[in-house]
Amino acid sequence: MSRLGPRTGAWLLAMLLLATLPAWIGNSYYVNIASQILIWAVLALALNLLVGYAGLTSLGHAGLFAIGGYAAAMLLGAGYGHLVAAVLALLVTLMASAVFAVLALRATGIGFLMITLAMGQILWGIAYRWASLTNGDNGITVASRPAPFGLSLSQAPAFYYATLIVFLLALASMAVFVRSPFGASLTGTRDQARRMTALGYNVWLIRFLTILCSGFWSGVAGLLFLYYNQFISPQVVALTTSAEALLMVISGGSGTLLGPIFGAAIVVVMKNVVSAYIERWNLVLGVIFILIISFMPEGLVPGSVRLWRSGWHALRGKSAPVSAAGSEASR
Amino acid sequence: MSLWLTLAVNSIALGGLLFLLSSGFSLIFGLMRIPNLLHGSFFMLGAYLGVTLLARGYNFWLAALGSTAMMAVIGGLIERFLLRRLAGDPLPQVLLTLGGAFIIGDVCLMLWTGDPWQPGTPDHLRGVVAVAGLYFPIYRLVIVAAALVVAVALWLLVDWTRLGAKIRAGVDDQAIARVVGIKVSQLFTLVFALGAALAGFGGVMGAPYLSVYPGLDFEMLPLALIVVILGGTGSLLGALVGSFLIGFLYNFGQAMLPDLAYVILFLPMLVILVLRPQGLFGKVVS
Repeated sequence: MSRLGPRTGAWLLAMLLLATLPAWIGNSYYVNIASQILIWAVLALALNLLVGYAGLTSLGHAGLFAIGGYAAAMLLGAGYGHLVAAVLALLVTLMASAVFAVLALRATGIGFLMITLAMGQILWGIAYRWASLTNGDNGITVASRPAPFGLSLSQAPAFYYATLIVFLLALASMAVFVRSPFGASLTGTRDQARRMTALGYNVWLIRFLTILCSGFWSGVAGLLFLYYNQFISPQVVALTTSAEALLMVISGGSGTLLGPIFGAAIVVVMKNVVSAYIERWNLVLGVIFILIISFMPEGLVPGSVRLWRSGWHALRGKSAPVSAAGSEASR
Repeated sequence: MSLWLTLAVNSIALGGLLFLLSSGFSLIFGLMRIPNLLHGSFFMLGAYLGVTLLARGYNFWLAALGSTAMMAVIGGLIERFLLRRLAGDPLPQVLLTLGGAFIIGDVCLMLWTGDPWQPGTPDHLRGVVAVAGLYFPIYRLVIVAAALVVAVALWLLVDWTRLGAKIRAGVDDQAIARVVGIKVSQLFTLVFALGAALAGFGGVMGAPYLSVYPGLDFEMLPLALIVVILGGTGSLLGALVGSFLIGFLYNFGQAMLPDLAYVILFLPMLVILVLRPQGLFGKVVS
């Protein structure tokens, strides 16, 4: 392979497309959708650290996402500046993630999932019922978006670029994270927890730190979300949000860096398209879940490749095992 | 004084409802190890079906029976045709039941609209009984009685009948159970149907008390979860104790710290997780 292989070329092309997106997409409605996709992609990437690399499925990530947003909204409401509010909000998210981690790591597997689900619902309960703190169902409005270095983010393209920068930072940090020795030990705890313990790794600590990292980026996504909408309400904390984030991760293919990004794009676009025609997003979400589980448990992107290949091979009269081996090799 | 008594009676009644909900969850999650996120939806759907039968003029007990039977059929079908294919694979089961919960929630919203439905307490269960100068609403007592009957019946079923022995054998070692001729698949369908039916029955019993509204499903599901985490997975006694504990916490929390009532509910779960992760009556799995 030459130094500038097809992979590098694809990356450069993707970067170029992302960087010039507001120019060729024109309409600010679509630029906003692109911003939404990037925000959700940050959350999906954060959740993927747990689901894909640590083997711990969380159904409470909407809680961590919302803590970042709510904390910033409250601090802004209390009169703090944007920078202070953002930094403090991320600190609060980190602390909440630590509590979350300590409790949820009392169990693994399905127990972990159930505990995170219950904690997500507690946070929903706080957002919804503790009206004196969170303004209940009415949510909190934020007056303005920040203007870092004097650049206003109030217009759609400017906000898109800010989101893009944060997104790329998130992606880069995840790439470093999973390729580092720490990342390797993390996948070790996913596949062979007992063996890792025997080798002298502190499995609990590895998982704990991963949840902190995942919680941090969830909080960052929550901050972006708050500034994007300039509003946050208990709806964000609902189980639906956690489920959507999980759907992004598994539909794109968990345990890969790019899968959750595609998943975020698929879910956001679908949600916008479906909502334009009918009010039944939850129904559609549920049906997609069941279809994916039944037909493409490995994720939409690898799954479609597999189905397409086996269909093609079936047409040409070849046997299915060949195509299965082919899709295995292509990963 | 009477305020505290009213609270206590309400707490016991809510505890009874929670037991109807969580005993089924305990069977499905604790015994069969299926993380059934549909359980709150079973409760809500059962309640809606019961309310609809009541609105058509059926007798309360007939409506409860009808709804329970329908929920058993629905639960059995879901287990047989959807969950069976994923046996022993918890993550896909979670996603499937979660997807199913969203579908049921949205379909209920479509069919029964967003307004809450609250049937009146049935005529013959209205009123109060006086015991030693204190007055107890009959309906609350009926809920508790129903929960206790179910508790005893389940205990007899699981611990003392041939069917219960087969179920326990199927759970403990599926392969061996099959070898000695136990039809494990059929048994699992039966247990799942039973769990769904119990949730549906709880929903109908709760309807005159809690009313039925969209979102009830995802409000009840975490309650079933915390009851089972508190009591210990797979323990019916644990589910019973956990239900009444949560019933008391909820009512007293609501009366004393209304803003925080929902949060207080989860505190014992957190304490238990830290101090005794297997739950109050749970066995340590080696």
